[in-house]
Amino acid sequence: MANTRFAFRALGVTIAAVLICAGCGKASGRSVSLLGSTSIQPFAEVLAEQYTKKNPGHFVEVQGGGSTAGLQAVDNGLADIGMCSRELTAEETRQFTRILIARDGLAIVVNADNRVAKLSIEKIRALFAGRLTNWREVGGQDGPVRPITREEGSGTRESFVRLVMGKERISRRALTQESNGAVKELVKGDPAAIGYMSLGLVGKEIGAVAVEGAQPTTDNVLAGRYTLVRPLLFVSKGAASPAAQSFVDFVLSPAGQRLLEKEGLVRAR
Amino acid sequence: MKRDRLIGAVLLVVALSAISGLALIAAFIFREGVPIILRVGAGQFFLSTDWEPSLGHFGILSMLGGSLAVTLGAAVIGIVFSLGLAIVLTQFAPPGLAAALKPAIELLAGIPSVVYGFVGVVTLVPLIRHALGGPGLSVLAASIVLGIMILPTITSIAIDALQAVPRSYVEGSIALGATRWQTVTMVLLRAARSGIVAAVILGMGRAIGETMAVIMVAGNALALPHSLLDPVRTLTSNIALEMGYASGDHRQALFATGVTLFVIITLLNTAALAVSRRRAGRRRVG
Repeated sequence: MANTRFAFRALGVTIAAVLICAGCGKASGRSVSLLGSTSIQPFAEVLAEQYTKKNPGHFVEVQGGGSTAGLQAVDNGLADIGMCSRELTAEETRQFTRILIARDGLAIVVNADNRVAKLSIEKIRALFAGRLTNWREVGGQDGPVRPITREEGSGTRESFVRLVMGKERISRRALTQESNGAVKELVKGDPAAIGYMSLGLVGKEIGAVAVEGAQPTTDNVLAGRYTLVRPLLFVSKGAASPAAQSFVDFVLSPAGQRLLEKEGLVRAR
Repeated sequence: MKRDRLIGAVLLVVALSAISGLALIAAFIFREGVPIILRVGAGQFFLSTDWEPSLGHFGILSMLGGSLAVTLGAAVIGIVFSLGLAIVLTQFAPPGLAAALKPAIELLAGIPSVVYGFVGVVTLVPLIRHALGGPGLSVLAASIVLGIMILPTITSIAIDALQAVPRSYVEGSIALGATRWQTVTMVLLRAARSGIVAAVILGMGRAIGETMAVIMVAGNALALPHSLLDPVRTLTSNIALEMGYASGDHRQALFATGVTLFVIITLLNTAALAVSRRRAGRRRVG
């Protein structure tokens, strides 16, 4: 059972590797492969679609796998560009070329019925650490607080820890979900929940609280008033190939940046 | 004759290569996972609830507890419903009904686990949250979903065990004046006991190895559960949740989690095999 599961995983990885290599075989001229953060993946797919529409004969292949997996893939030469939704570590900065393609606000989300509309970073930290356990303590209705976090290694989680938690640890009793969508679904149904997710993906069914007095809006992120912001990065090893560079140029062009803004992100500059 | 031997040799090679694949996987998991257990210390690894890979804390007790709670819960639900089904289908149901129900139960085994998980999240979790409180994602939700998932496994093996009981036992019991129900509880279930136990153990093996459905409904919190309504993370969920990102010690610790699962499941399967072998042995004597 577990062993067959491992066998399937191994088989899957092998097939994926073979496919990717097949990709780089035909790649040489005009195809670019991207791999990494699932937070960037949907946006990269939109960009890829527009890019290939404008440049017939070019191919862009986008795959998920996570920020760290993206960096590893670039390091191994399995992908031209890695997608990374967190800041690089000092060592990674030395190793890779960093390209900021956009910024993304980190929204602190609560159920639509929750009366709490603003929180300080200090309070958010206490709620997620499990030091504040009743919504009454932060001006809400009497009832338990259920923090929802992301899995260890998620770019969103790492950004949240860096921006909010600092040295303090997220409560072990926190529920763990493995995607922005799952966090949203849970917050939507549970009046006691508090979570964090990509600002671009919040939507209308749940509430995003003001942090340190600033509403989580694109304008506030641009003006620097909303401080929970993380970089969305493309990463390459050394200089990018001409085909990859051409795609990166498109992403950084006014047209590419407009596209990202339309999808709910904040432009790079 | 010569050709027979050739075919025999070819088949042996095929069989061995299938098994050697399994052996290679096992060797790989152990090679990757065992060193970190030794480095962290077996006591620390198995008995600490502190899992924080970014800080180098690797303790899987919460996950062991989570797997245990969820598997036991699933076994309880599985036993009640599967045994009931097996008894009804072999003893009480008219043949037409039994013929219709049995394939329906086997069909349950063909539903992908992600579908079970999804149905659980959409229907069961909100129900538990509203009716009983807590986050809904819980030991209870996972136990119910898993209990349904292992139903086909336990039911079909239990049916085989009940059908293997010689007819003369039942006839003898009825002839002595026992009712149908007395015959079931006092004769049939006792005679088929070891087969039923094997069925339950195999079902538990499947429950503890299940991943996708559990990730979706168990909540995956890293603390030991104190009640049925608390969220838990199982060993399998832990691997699946974190493997995409893990590297270095963290990756090895996930392999060590895999080693732990491998050993538990091997023990369960061996136990099931031993129990059913004992039954076969006894029948030959009797």
